[in-house]
Amino acid sequence: MTASTQIVSLHRIAHGRSGDKGNRLNVNIIAFEARHWPVLEAEVTAERVAALFAYRGVTQVTRYELPRLGILNFVIEDALEGGVNSSLAVDTHGKCLSYLVLGLDVRVPVEPGEGQAAEPVLQTAR
Amino acid sequence: MYRIGSGAGFSGDRIDAPQSVVAAIAAAGEGGAVIFETLGERTLALGQIAKRQDAARGYEPLLEDLLEPILSLCVSSGIVIVGNFGQANPPAAAAAIQALATRLGLGNLRIAVVSGDDLVGRIDLSQTERWDGDGRLPGIDGDVIAINAYLGAGAIADAIRAGAQVVVTGRVADPALALGPLVAHFNWSWDDLDRIAAGTLVGHLLECGAQVSGGFFADPGFKDVPGTADIGFPIAEVAADGSFVITKAKGTGGLVDLRTVKEQLLYEIHDPAAYLTPDVTLDITDVDLEQVGPDRVRVTGARGHAAPARLKATVSFYGDWLGEAEISYAGHNALARARLAITTINERVRMRAIPVRYRADIIGTVSAFDSDDGDFLADFADTPSGDYRVRFAFGGGSQREVERAVQEVNALYCCGPAGGGGVRQSVRPRVRTLSHMVPRALVETRFHFAGEQP
Repeated sequence: MTASTQIVSLHRIAHGRSGDKGNRLNVNIIAFEARHWPVLEAEVTAERVAALFAYRGVTQVTRYELPRLGILNFVIEDALEGGVNSSLAVDTHGKCLSYLVLGLDVRVPVEPGEGQAAEPVLQTAR
Repeated sequence: MYRIGSGAGFSGDRIDAPQSVVAAIAAAGEGGAVIFETLGERTLALGQIAKRQDAARGYEPLLEDLLEPILSLCVSSGIVIVGNFGQANPPAAAAAIQALATRLGLGNLRIAVVSGDDLVGRIDLSQTERWDGDGRLPGIDGDVIAINAYLGAGAIADAIRAGAQVVVTGRVADPALALGPLVAHFNWSWDDLDRIAAGTLVGHLLECGAQVSGGFFADPGFKDVPGTADIGFPIAEVAADGSFVITKAKGTGGLVDLRTVKEQLLYEIHDPAAYLTPDVTLDITDVDLEQVGPDRVRVTGARGHAAPARLKATVSFYGDWLGEAEISYAGHNALARARLAITTINERVRMRAIPVRYRADIIGTVSAFDSDDGDFLADFADTPSGDYRVRFAFGGGSQREVERAVQEVNALYCCGPAGGGGVRQSVRPRVRTLSHMVPRALVETRFHFAGEQP
């Protein structure tokens, strides 16, 4: 039987930080728990991150993996609309942008005894 | 074991932060170092401008505030102070520190000044390549204010070996602030690349101050941080083999755990197998982290490869003028009124043909995430009421034209949608920066003691 899954926001299972250099943004995404590393690896792809930032005209997204520490590092080119010294944006550094990535939905396995509390609730209702 | 603490992670950091760090290192009774990173990409240009106006300025404006409470204890405890707080004028910073020492009754200090980063007049930029991380940014199109290479740790280490109690630098690679004292203390060979890499990693984890010890981390309910008003800045306890523990002073707020260290480990790093610094190419792909006690994380496994052939240099030049103006709309139908303010300004800028580029955000809907084109705002559903702040930003080459655009926002008071209030406006010049790659041969790094011949 395949394990059941649920969709959660990446923010539930991971944390991260963004940093800028020039017009290049990097965002690291870190699994809170080692069991979610495969989810990050499978679901948080460079393609999805590129699609997420497409509206800002990014030219390239590279994903680096550090499996030992459960960290993905995304390097996002031309994401900063000119960067800290020429952007007109509110957040010229892009410091808020880790939370744009953490807003992605991901599919995670439901562990026995957690999540999908729907069944017991239905039983009581009946 | 050698202790290095961070006293500041950027220009503008908490000025009382170094005190608990220095007190903890002093209490351990074995000397050490405290490092100050106060130099952003633009800071050097701002310092250069300040120096042109007054030859005694151009260094970190908060220097005396940062050092006065700790200088006596550092001197009496053998804690070396290393900082890039010299900014555009390290000799003036050294003179200010000596004046402070004299005032505190500490006598003459051995204050070293590192030079060689300033490349103005030494380099033809047209003969150098741009750094690829600037991507599509337009080239240099304004008067150059400053060109500074990122120096390595060599001169810092030499100065400490020669007896420096304080080392003042301008632009150096941030991790060099920690690598210098480590090389001086452990006598690591510059060819021992894994040790140089480890020292560079110490510096990388310390260079942003509290960012590794609970600052820039709290996310209530998900990542809770105790004592956010009193975060203890980090201290690294480094062993001779280059392994180290990141910790902080007892009794301070903040926290050091695997999560805080991981976030900082990759902060502003691109390829984790090749973090380029003047001294080494740092590879963190085999780094291991272990929580070895409360607020103690042990870091091992940094590897080093040969340093890159060229150095990175920041070129600062006058950019355009930035005008910002804000106005609030609150209560019933506020979002519709805020949107009308934007379309009204669009039309006014077009009608008057004011030559500026600009964008508008409605703070309270989507702003930090949005693009110049307002992609997200366009999709933001209208709500019947709310409390919104419209923020306009204008960029242009002419101060007068940017001022004209900003003035249009002020005119919304009487001509714009109903109930607009709280206009704030500012117009200021900007300094742009780009990075170029320069040959090492053009960069001559050295130090001298303040009061002696350079």
